[in-house]
Amino acid sequence: MDNSNLPNYLEYKGKYKGIFAWIFSTDHKRIGLLYLYSIMTFFLVAALLGLLMKFELIAPGKTIMEAKAYNAVFTLHGIAMIFLVVVPGIPAILGNFFLPIMIGAKDVFYPKLNLLSWWLYVIGAVIAVSSQFMGSGSPDTGWTFYAPYSFKTQSNVLPALVGAFVLGFSSILTGLNFIVTMHRMRAPGMKWMKMPLFPWTLYGTAWIQLLATPVVGITLLMVIAEKALSIGFFDPALGGDPVLYQHLFWIYSHPAVYIMILPAMGVISEVLPTFAKKKIFGYNAIVLSTMLIAFVGYFVWGHHMFTAGMSETSLFAFSFLTFLVAIPSAIKIFNWLATLYKGSIMLRTPMYWAISFLFVFMIGGLTGMVLGALSTNVHLHDTAFVVAHFHFIVFGGVGFAFFAGIHYWFPKIYGKMYEESWANTGWIMFFMGFLTLYFPMFLLGIKGMPRRYYDYVPEFHFTNIISSFGAFIMIAGLVVILINLFRSAKRGEKAPASPWGGKSLEWTISSPPTLENFEEIPEIK
Amino acid sequence: MTEHSVHDHYDHEGSKLGMWLFIFTELLFFGGLFIVYAVMRYKNGTAFELAGKELDVFIGTFNTIILLISSATIAMSISSVRMKKKNLTVALLGVTLLLAIVFLVNKYFEWGAKIEHGLFPGTETLHQFGHGETMFFGLYYFMTGLHALHIIVGVVLITIMMIKVHKGKIHEDRFVQLENTGLYWHLVDIIWIFLFPLFYLIA
Repeated sequence: MDNSNLPNYLEYKGKYKGIFAWIFSTDHKRIGLLYLYSIMTFFLVAALLGLLMKFELIAPGKTIMEAKAYNAVFTLHGIAMIFLVVVPGIPAILGNFFLPIMIGAKDVFYPKLNLLSWWLYVIGAVIAVSSQFMGSGSPDTGWTFYAPYSFKTQSNVLPALVGAFVLGFSSILTGLNFIVTMHRMRAPGMKWMKMPLFPWTLYGTAWIQLLATPVVGITLLMVIAEKALSIGFFDPALGGDPVLYQHLFWIYSHPAVYIMILPAMGVISEVLPTFAKKKIFGYNAIVLSTMLIAFVGYFVWGHHMFTAGMSETSLFAFSFLTFLVAIPSAIKIFNWLATLYKGSIMLRTPMYWAISFLFVFMIGGLTGMVLGALSTNVHLHDTAFVVAHFHFIVFGGVGFAFFAGIHYWFPKIYGKMYEESWANTGWIMFFMGFLTLYFPMFLLGIKGMPRRYYDYVPEFHFTNIISSFGAFIMIAGLVVILINLFRSAKRGEKAPASPWGGKSLEWTISSPPTLENFEEIPEIK
Repeated sequence: MTEHSVHDHYDHEGSKLGMWLFIFTELLFFGGLFIVYAVMRYKNGTAFELAGKELDVFIGTFNTIILLISSATIAMSISSVRMKKKNLTVALLGVTLLLAIVFLVNKYFEWGAKIEHGLFPGTETLHQFGHGETMFFGLYYFMTGLHALHIIVGVVLITIMMIKVHKGKIHEDRFVQLENTGLYWHLVDIIWIFLFPLFYLIA
């Protein structure tokens, strides 16, 4: 279907002019780009904070900042990366842009609510970031806001809590919107089991957003009440229970890991078949494992608290369930590998990202097993090993999948091709930098280096230098990637409708899409 | 071609589905509080019973009845809009609104009396009672306060619905907004049905 004679979504004139044509647009594609720009901004800031931490750890003792400043830096790095970047990341950017197109719809079910979600995101972000600049100093609790420290500390935690609460609402509304969209707006003939896998993973994600986020919302509200009204739910001095806080917090925050990783898996499930020139292997198994992860992921929160004081029975149950949730993830890995088997593999930029995703995700997953086992967990709890593990999952998994996705769909989003040689250079720098940065942290953790410390014993010096060195390479790679994409969005060659020969609906319409995506709703056979 | 044309679709089932999803969210939102209540009551059983005696069962019962009636009137307003009885719909919504406001007024006097007696988080009086009672009143204010906040949102929504019905924007073919408001109001009602025995009747 060629509809390139109509104005595309980047060009058309609406009610408003200039920037208002964007920040008041209810078009899902423009909202997707609004998210892209705002999330990338916070990503860069938070990545820079990460770099500062690696600078500090380049030598024992004080290098560039004091302990207090280091605490503030890792707190803001965590809050920004988790609440502002990785949780909204793929669903809000790529999901908003491609979910309606991939199911053959003209927009999401509630376009205005979609715009409201973005506004809530911005408001929440501004409140959270404002905690840095007003009151009694930057928050120093870590992104987990553990009680009772979160209401005992003199630092300015309150705005950070309120910000996170508002961001939660933004996330819930996006999830709600996506579920209704998929239930009501699939093109005629697109049965549930014909829906592409990226929308499927967004579906699983949306349910977690809907059912887990309110729990952390109310928990944060209780901490706020505790700080403002001294009610004492989690304060042992008033008869409260700090471990109860940890339970409530992880009831959300563990499923939140699946909010992050499921859409990433969806992106990979789109990229691999396109570049292997094969249908995805085991579509049904991937759908089923997606929903299983979403479900079982709800019941494993306790593995964050193995040393916090729980009954033996709960320890065993949580450890067992943690191992259980590895099964559907492994099913996916095997499906992806089987998709590559005997495929006609085309090594282009998105494919490099997708294959390296498999590599880092497997390392992240397997080290997760080490942490999910009770005895090894006691040794490794709160060490650099944990930090390395979740960066392999959250940054390696989600980050690599995001870059795979953005390089895959970039021609569709902007209607321009990017410079592949530069994109590949950026990828190899990023990949190598990533491994050099995080792999040594596994070794440091095993040897006993605690996380969240600005200092360490001299024995750890050499390994820390290597790790910091990796951080610089990775950031350099990131700069190459971003400059290349920015330049290409402006001056790249014009992209055809389907540059990679993808099979899903977004490749049947012009690049960039028109306002309504489809002049006629397609019928699926 | 404008943005408006893309979005001008009406899907009754879809809109209701969205509201149900929102209700799930709300249930889990309050669910977190019910968990905390359960844990705290398990730890401080006797203290909770003693503190429960401080609450006025009469006002509680009265407010419960008010909310139950208001749930009925809003359900009736949905039936009447389907029967094309516009004035009756507005009147029934008016009654619902009035009952909601009466609930809030009761709450105001109830809280006012408690606060006057120093039964408020952070006061000396409360700390003299001990941890269990402090926790009971902490939860009491937090949970009924959050519930009252939902009532206030409901008041705003019902008012908007009244105006929309009056202006003819909600009618027998397009009443999903009213129905969703009704669902929301039933949710607020059902949460109160759980709050009432947990706080007022445990003694």
